[in-house]
Amino acid sequence: MKKLIRYAAVAACAAALTTGALAADLKVGLSVSLSGPNSSLGIPYAKGMQAALAYKPEINGHKIQLIVLDDASDPTTAGRNARKLVEEDKVDVLMGTSGVPAAIAMAQVGREAKTPMIGLTPIALDAKENPWVFTVAQPTQLMVDAVVERMKRNGVKTVGYIGFADAWGDLVYDAMMKAAPAAGIKVVSNERYARSDQSVTGQVLKIVALHPDAVMTGGAGTPGALPFLALAERGYKGGIYGQHGLINPDFLRVAGASAQGALMPTGPVIVAEQLPDSYPTKKIALDFRAVFQRVNGAPSTDAFSAYSFDGWLVFADAASRALAKAEPGTPEFRVALRDAIASTREVVGTHGVYNFKPGDLYGVDQRARVIVKVDNGKWKLAP
Amino acid sequence: MTWDVALILSVDGLANGAVYLLAGLGLVLIFSVTRVVFVPFGDVAAFAALSLAAFETGRTPPTIGLVLTLAILAVLAELWGLARRRDYARMPRAVVLWGLLPALPCLAAWAVAGRAMPAVVNIVVSIALVVPITPLIARIALQPIADASVLVLLIASLALHFLLSGLGLLFFGPEGSRTNPLASGALTLGNGFSISAQTLLMIASAIVLSGLFYLMFERTLTGKALRATAVNRVGARLVGIRPARTASLAYGGASLLAGLIGVLIAPVTTMYYDSGFIIGLKAFVAAIIGGLTSYPLTAVGALAVGLVESFASFWSGALKDVMVFGLLIPVLLLRSFLVTRVDEDEEEIDQ
Repeated sequence: MKKLIRYAAVAACAAALTTGALAADLKVGLSVSLSGPNSSLGIPYAKGMQAALAYKPEINGHKIQLIVLDDASDPTTAGRNARKLVEEDKVDVLMGTSGVPAAIAMAQVGREAKTPMIGLTPIALDAKENPWVFTVAQPTQLMVDAVVERMKRNGVKTVGYIGFADAWGDLVYDAMMKAAPAAGIKVVSNERYARSDQSVTGQVLKIVALHPDAVMTGGAGTPGALPFLALAERGYKGGIYGQHGLINPDFLRVAGASAQGALMPTGPVIVAEQLPDSYPTKKIALDFRAVFQRVNGAPSTDAFSAYSFDGWLVFADAASRALAKAEPGTPEFRVALRDAIASTREVVGTHGVYNFKPGDLYGVDQRARVIVKVDNGKWKLAP
Repeated sequence: MTWDVALILSVDGLANGAVYLLAGLGLVLIFSVTRVVFVPFGDVAAFAALSLAAFETGRTPPTIGLVLTLAILAVLAELWGLARRRDYARMPRAVVLWGLLPALPCLAAWAVAGRAMPAVVNIVVSIALVVPITPLIARIALQPIADASVLVLLIASLALHFLLSGLGLLFFGPEGSRTNPLASGALTLGNGFSISAQTLLMIASAIVLSGLFYLMFERTLTGKALRATAVNRVGARLVGIRPARTASLAYGGASLLAGLIGVLIAPVTTMYYDSGFIIGLKAFVAAIIGGLTSYPLTAVGALAVGLVESFASFWSGALKDVMVFGLLIPVLLLRSFLVTRVDEDEEEIDQ
């Protein structure tokens, strides 16, 4: 009997050793809004991530395991999900989510648990105090700068602003106020409306009365269409500009003809097929479309699923370098992964080319934005 | 502010006011007959608008499933009540009234969906589809507690609002829709000032419907029964008016108004699954100005709310809603000074 136990113990040790010798899985923890009001963004994020998993399922012989949790568009749930992913599933990297406040909640868990986090939305945090956080999204300033450059090129001297009466409206307005005076453009109004408003006639009348050369809108999604409709109704003839919050097929559906000719910035993935062949992100963007179509059985029409894809590419590149230093699932690996992400050089994604450095959340440059024009209900590249 | 700006704002305000007027009439109608502040009123309007949008994009509106489910629940509730009273003879009638009647618009909607129909057909079917919603949920959730205090009824109706808006999100998704205009073109009044045909249609419908309302209450027996129930439920019962039947009538009438509001505003504003709540809330301000009893005062209040909203959005867009809801404070102060208070709780003790 004793002999048997000894044999069993030896066998168990041997089994443990052999599994230890086999490559351990890399674990990615994703929390997105699969339900709730943010689900129109969260569902594409999740689909993009599935496409990414199919595109690159393993790194240096290590399989990647993807764990997806639903945060129901709620920052508290997102924070709890992040804690669960870190403590129970012992993930190597956190990714998420579709809302900025929820992404901040996740990032704080990542910082406490010393787990790197790749955000898929802009994250309004101080990069110096959050060395574990990175994001693949473009900073608002970079996008608004592109709009201001375009306004300057089009000879705009005065611009009226109308945007949401919330944090997004403020972000766009502040970015505008930073860029416009330097380009010799005067911002003549700061009108606001709520996402749930039925009409912006009053605000638009005030703007039209000021006769600005152009109007800049700071909205997002379908409620962002309201100023376009009101300006068209009042017969406004100047240029209308938007920002990347409007790049959404539902916006085009609701705004209809009133958005015709409007100019707005976006990541190049939206118009990948219209880009010149020399554009650095064209090839990978087309690859992404193909794999997305194959995995999800439908074409990708939004920018969000592409952020997931880029987050995965940045992770895959960093992990391949970090694997040389430590084994997945250990604190040492997480530190190595963090340092590897912070030293990412020229990783080509669908939205841009990523170069992260310590002390900076964002990793993209001018190659991560193009200006598109609304043309008969479609986005058209406007070089 | 120049005169033409003021004119444009006034027209915009009147158009909004017309919507609040119809919604306010519905709220006062339900409250005066049943003592329920019917919070889900706006949700029903949003359902009508989103169903119409679904028809226009060739989809089958999920509202059909909702109405059928509600009809089944109402039939079960009715049969259970009759079985407990061993009143088997009235069962077939209950099935026809609560089950088959609401199923008719569903059948029509199912036949229309996915086909290119004239706009009028889509509109009529959308309105017909939402008309049963209010009487059915009232039968299921509010009638069993019809004698409870106003506060309990308000809480129940608030819960129904959250249920309906949650279902709206599930059915129609988080993004909004707009429908094709019912009337195109515009009336030009010189100096580049014009009123769109849709705005005229909204104002005209409000005038015509409030006129019909007046005639119904003053000239028909049904209207008089509704008024009698509003004045005194017990007294009405004594002279042979059945409060449950008048309540169903009031709910049905209000539901019809909600459906009309939905199709009237869907072309001019983007409707979301939760847009109805704000419309209902602003109509509630109008109804409070009317003391939740007076139709003419509610109409005045609705126009005031519409105009204040329109001008406030010109002066300060971000504070618009603050100004509209701020209207309540002086009105409530004034009312508490002027109106001699009737103790409503007295009524409950009697029942």
